[in-house]
Amino acid sequence: MAKDNSFTPSRRQFLKGAAVTGGALAAGKVYAQAAPDPLITEMQPWTQYLGPGVDAAPYGVPSPHEAHVVRRNVPWLTADSVSSVNFTPLHELDGIITPNGLCFERHHSGVAEIAPEDHRLMINGLVDNPLVFTMQDIMRFPRENRVYFLECAANTGMEWRGAQLNGCQFTHGMIHNVVYTGVPLRLLLEEAGVKTNGTWILPEGADASGMTRSIPMEKALDDCLVAFKMNGEALRPEQGYPLRLVVPGWEGNMWVKWLRRIEVGDQPWHHREETSKYTDLLENGQARRFTWEMDAKSVITNPSPQAPITHGPGPTVLTGVAWSGRGTIPRVDVTLDGGITWHQARMSGPSLDKSMHRFYFEFDWDGRPLLLQSRAHDSTGYVQPTKEMLRHARGENSIYHNNGIQTWAVDENGNAENVEVG
Amino acid sequence: MNKVIGLSAALLMGGASLAFAENAAPSREGGYGLGRTALPEEIAAWDIDVRPDGQGLPVGAGDVFTGEELWIDNCAACHGDFGEAVDRWPVIAGGFGTLDGEDPVKTVGSYWPYLSTVWDYVNRAMPYGNAQSLSADEVYAIVAYIMYSNNLVDDDFELSNENFLEVRLPNEENFFMDDRAEVELAEFSKEPCMENCAESVEIVKRAAVLDVTPETEGGAAVVEMASAEAAPEPTPAADTGPDPALVAAGEDLFRSCRSCHQIGEGARNGAGPQLNGIYGATFAHADGFRYSPAFEAARDEGRVWDDEALTGYLMDPRGYLPNNRMAFRGLRDTAEAEAIIAYLRSAGGE
Repeated sequence: MAKDNSFTPSRRQFLKGAAVTGGALAAGKVYAQAAPDPLITEMQPWTQYLGPGVDAAPYGVPSPHEAHVVRRNVPWLTADSVSSVNFTPLHELDGIITPNGLCFERHHSGVAEIAPEDHRLMINGLVDNPLVFTMQDIMRFPRENRVYFLECAANTGMEWRGAQLNGCQFTHGMIHNVVYTGVPLRLLLEEAGVKTNGTWILPEGADASGMTRSIPMEKALDDCLVAFKMNGEALRPEQGYPLRLVVPGWEGNMWVKWLRRIEVGDQPWHHREETSKYTDLLENGQARRFTWEMDAKSVITNPSPQAPITHGPGPTVLTGVAWSGRGTIPRVDVTLDGGITWHQARMSGPSLDKSMHRFYFEFDWDGRPLLLQSRAHDSTGYVQPTKEMLRHARGENSIYHNNGIQTWAVDENGNAENVEVG
Repeated sequence: MNKVIGLSAALLMGGASLAFAENAAPSREGGYGLGRTALPEEIAAWDIDVRPDGQGLPVGAGDVFTGEELWIDNCAACHGDFGEAVDRWPVIAGGFGTLDGEDPVKTVGSYWPYLSTVWDYVNRAMPYGNAQSLSADEVYAIVAYIMYSNNLVDDDFELSNENFLEVRLPNEENFFMDDRAEVELAEFSKEPCMENCAESVEIVKRAAVLDVTPETEGGAAVVEMASAEAAPEPTPAADTGPDPALVAAGEDLFRSCRSCHQIGEGARNGAGPQLNGIYGATFAHADGFRYSPAFEAARDEGRVWDDEALTGYLMDPRGYLPNNRMAFRGLRDTAEAEAIIAYLRSAGGE
């Protein structure tokens, strides 16, 4: 039943271009093997000899055959790697969880190296009792486990003026999706006792950039976590070890790493990362501030420029990810023809609030060029806009919050390119 | 049929996400009694943030002239002598009238809404690689110079906690609260077209035209991993190599240099030249780096980076080679120079 449904689109194409598609289907089903496969008929070393024992790698690492699956940066983007960003290899991943070592990095003054016993978290400002916590204190509060995406507001920021980078790693890789273990920020604020005029918090990092952002108290008490574990193990140093703030659904810059202090105040601080940066310049020269929520967005990760179709015509798996800062993703549409006809993709895996979602669309590729797009719908009814709709609303100078629909052009050989259609 | 299954699956998942709220970590009346009271001295040490209303500003003052000297020493290597910026480092001055154009230049003068933001940021995060090392008076002076470089004040201006709130930056009024919910959500929440949505579709822009995507070096990554497993640390030659402890100490000290200088495999020129092979090389050794005339002259004289030259330069960069552009005041003692030289030899070869 499901299979019939998912193959329907290519059946339609089959009717339009019978000759080509017919051949493709025949070739795709079964093919004859001229000579026996030596990988089967000859003894292989891994079958004959012993492999490494336990403890060969006390902390396991991926197969050497996966050594190409790494974060990458775009050297021309920033002046210096100490204050820069690299990108998650989305095209190499599946499911919804990003492995810790592949979560993109963004630092403003490099990775702070902090021993957990040397770390302190202070809460001060408009509270009844200004407090200092050690890591051990933090670990004695009740914890929660929740899965959230973290997307940099500048993700896809290089694409405002047109297609620029060939690869979803570079166009969409400033995102990761992780299960966090942490203490609800609410409990820590309750411990200090927020005064009635305490309406904002200022989380601050212990790194040499002293990262700060203003966050309204309502959000702080709602679903923010002070997290110390990601995907079950300690935060990675580049993700804020030993302690980071989790601000679900809101732009990644607010998830202060190496969290050392939370000040409670009665107005926002208007610091550098919420004025000169992370404000969205519109066409008329005015700028939106405090654009915290991440709009619904999706991208096809395979096929894509770094992950071409290499198997030729026939059954083909199209997949991608979608997310929204406002809720879940009940539906993703995909098109193979640049938006003339759309099909509902098949969602697979957990559908969690403010988490990445995985979608699939299986089709029989007829070997002709494709124009692939995906379009996310979130649980509030928001539908991911086209890039043209976004430019019409905001101009081209916003840098941040580019959630427009991405197009990959796939040619006859299966190679994919970042393009825009009109 | 398929749709119904999808719907019930969605409902089940909805239930799963509700379970998070039901099992929320419980509050405790009166708190958990964890943590300890923060001492006033501790709060004073960390609570350095400044707000537009002046909350957090310390007593102090600094003038444009003092600020210019501090700027040249601490800021100009990245931001340029007049805030015009070097390479891709942030531009600090100018850019007026560009915000509604094709190439907006967002500077303190053209874009930043509040002067308190400048004070706070310079004080907490600058100079890059040596954060929170400036005195309050020095921060006032640098902020005064930034105002001067943006034509906001005359050269005899002095900024202090007394007159701070009188300053308004020109672009303050051009920021407004996020209004996407009002102006975009309705437009972006319409049921979209599913069939016959266009007559035809054409490619109008291609990334290949720009060709700015970094090369994928799969092979190189494999090699790197294999060699990392085989030999975690480069072993110095037993006879002539520098003392490993000294190298480690030098690596630690080199942190202050890293924001401008790269060394080791793949090192590139940044705000300062890459330092591979500097030990024993002629002055101005790095290809493609724009050296000051002082360095070019030293190269033409054939001066060489031996122990004596490196030590002299690291102890007193400006005194050793006047009019060079390195924004570093110098090391405190020769033992530090010895360690850095050992690290330069170890990490960058000779």
